[in-house]
Amino acid sequence: MAMQFKQVEHGLYTLDVTGYVCPHPQLYTKKVMEKLHSGDKLELVFDNPSSAESISAMCTNEGNPVLDQKRDGAKFIFTIQKA
Amino acid sequence: MDAIVTGTLTEPKATDCCSESKPIVQTVPRKNIMWVYIIVGFFGLVSIATYAMHEYYLYLSAYLWFGFIYGMCLQYGRFCFASAFRDLFAVGVPRMVVGIMIATVLFSITSSLVAATGWSTFHAAPWSVHAVIAGIIFGVGMVFAGGCASGSLYKAGEGNGVSMLVILSISVTQAAFVDVGGWANKLVPKSWAEAALTKGLPSSINVSDGWVDQYLAGYVWEQPVITFAKLLGLDDHSLVGALYANTFVGVFLPAVLLLIIVYIFWSRKRYVMDLKTNEGRSAGLADHVRGFWSMIISSKRTAIAGLFLGIACGLQMFVIEGLRMKFGVKNAGTILQRIGFDYGISAKGTVFDPGYWYVTTQEAQWVGWVAQKLGFNNMDNIYFGWVNSIPSPAINPADWMSVALIGGAAVMALMNNEFKWKKPTKELAIWALIGGALMGIGSRLALGCNVGAFFVRTANGDVSGWSFGLGMIGGAFIGVKFFNWYTERKMAKEMANIDFDL
Repeated sequence: MAMQFKQVEHGLYTLDVTGYVCPHPQLYTKKVMEKLHSGDKLELVFDNPSSAESISAMCTNEGNPVLDQKRDGAKFIFTIQKA
Repeated sequence: MDAIVTGTLTEPKATDCCSESKPIVQTVPRKNIMWVYIIVGFFGLVSIATYAMHEYYLYLSAYLWFGFIYGMCLQYGRFCFASAFRDLFAVGVPRMVVGIMIATVLFSITSSLVAATGWSTFHAAPWSVHAVIAGIIFGVGMVFAGGCASGSLYKAGEGNGVSMLVILSISVTQAAFVDVGGWANKLVPKSWAEAALTKGLPSSINVSDGWVDQYLAGYVWEQPVITFAKLLGLDDHSLVGALYANTFVGVFLPAVLLLIIVYIFWSRKRYVMDLKTNEGRSAGLADHVRGFWSMIISSKRTAIAGLFLGIACGLQMFVIEGLRMKFGVKNAGTILQRIGFDYGISAKGTVFDPGYWYVTTQEAQWVGWVAQKLGFNNMDNIYFGWVNSIPSPAINPADWMSVALIGGAAVMALMNNEFKWKKPTKELAIWALIGGALMGIGSRLALGCNVGAFFVRTANGDVSGWSFGLGMIGGAFIGVKFFNWYTERKMAKEMANIDFDL
């Protein structure tokens, strides 16, 4: 499946990068977070386990809190807020 | 009832992302646990049944179980050499650089202790600029492929179809590259061609027909072998030479220097900002030391994986050398011939038997063996015909290691409900094939990949290890630059109709 980025409503977006391997999930997440305004939220969906570590660490470094982390089978679903 | 296991995910707080780990209960499907038993049971059965046939199979089983441990460690720690500098350059995350340095320092300690006993299986490689160039090619390839050679193996164990394609591409490229001659001979410098003819290789190898043959025999084999112990006038196999020169000077000091550079340029800014926010003060030297330490321990998974990898890698060298002494052999080729297998054995009777963790050659051998069976002559080159052979994958020790690595990774992934068959998209398949091809070429030029040419050599004090590593860093930088541009274009298309201000 191709990468999908959508605006759900004002201040809430989804990025689906299931099927992608490193470094695509982390690169796409970074690019989206750069565009968001402070307070905006991103629901990120991916299924590449190694990207989970990198994306979590990236959030820490950039001060963007991961508000929620869920698993749906092999999928990871992160909710990230732009600081 | 499904099995319930606990795993850990970082538990977020709204104000401070990812700072603590808390156990989270996950439900793992019963069929995952069944597959874990099947995989472990299969490898166990292979070991027991082959040992019952002949005790020489213990040699292959040793490779198998170390491979299994590597697979479990790599998957648990998301341990991938590609991500070390790729993620540092792409998203500013130093996690894997730290993990690799931990693993390399620990492996260096264990391998130095093994070297001092005289039981080391390691031999340093020729050193020259070719190691750096090969590293650059490999580094670009691993970014395109989404993982290094060992990373692709463990991710194949997660069901990742892209990684399986990468392995296929690495394997086919290597098998073709080491055999290409004809038109490619025109690209060989005259000095290499002349020098290659002086090496006394048998006529079956036909050294003057083959670019890689003349590269190896005419150039690489002419280069000096340099270790840090030798540079300091010490013996690689003495305790002082091994621990002081090869480990402390050759690994620990450069690793600490590298991590200090990483801290200064990638981690310090956030640490200083957090200190100002949380404690309202600027950072002093003691704070920076604490900040450096927090960078080192920031990913427990990676640190634990690095710890176990470092110890297991050194232990494998000890065990394999011990088995060589037990069986009175210097190479597994002798063992294979003793148990009745001589198909595809090299002209000097040796097979690929590194005695330590290695990736890429055994994968190339799969393809070389298939091609040989299909009627191609793959034995008229140095790589297969003189040094490594192309025995059946079923009795190739290093292949047992790689297959078990994939199995170990699969077991870890299944236990954490992270296994998922993923079919590659056309886009990712193209990157996998290109990346794998570049890794295949880079690994043959360097005579190893991120494991064999960087990790093992660096840990054992071989100067060419850091040279390849520097090349990998350069290649990763180039690869990330390209992918940044590529993903920027794709993201721009997705965002074209979105108004972020609305």
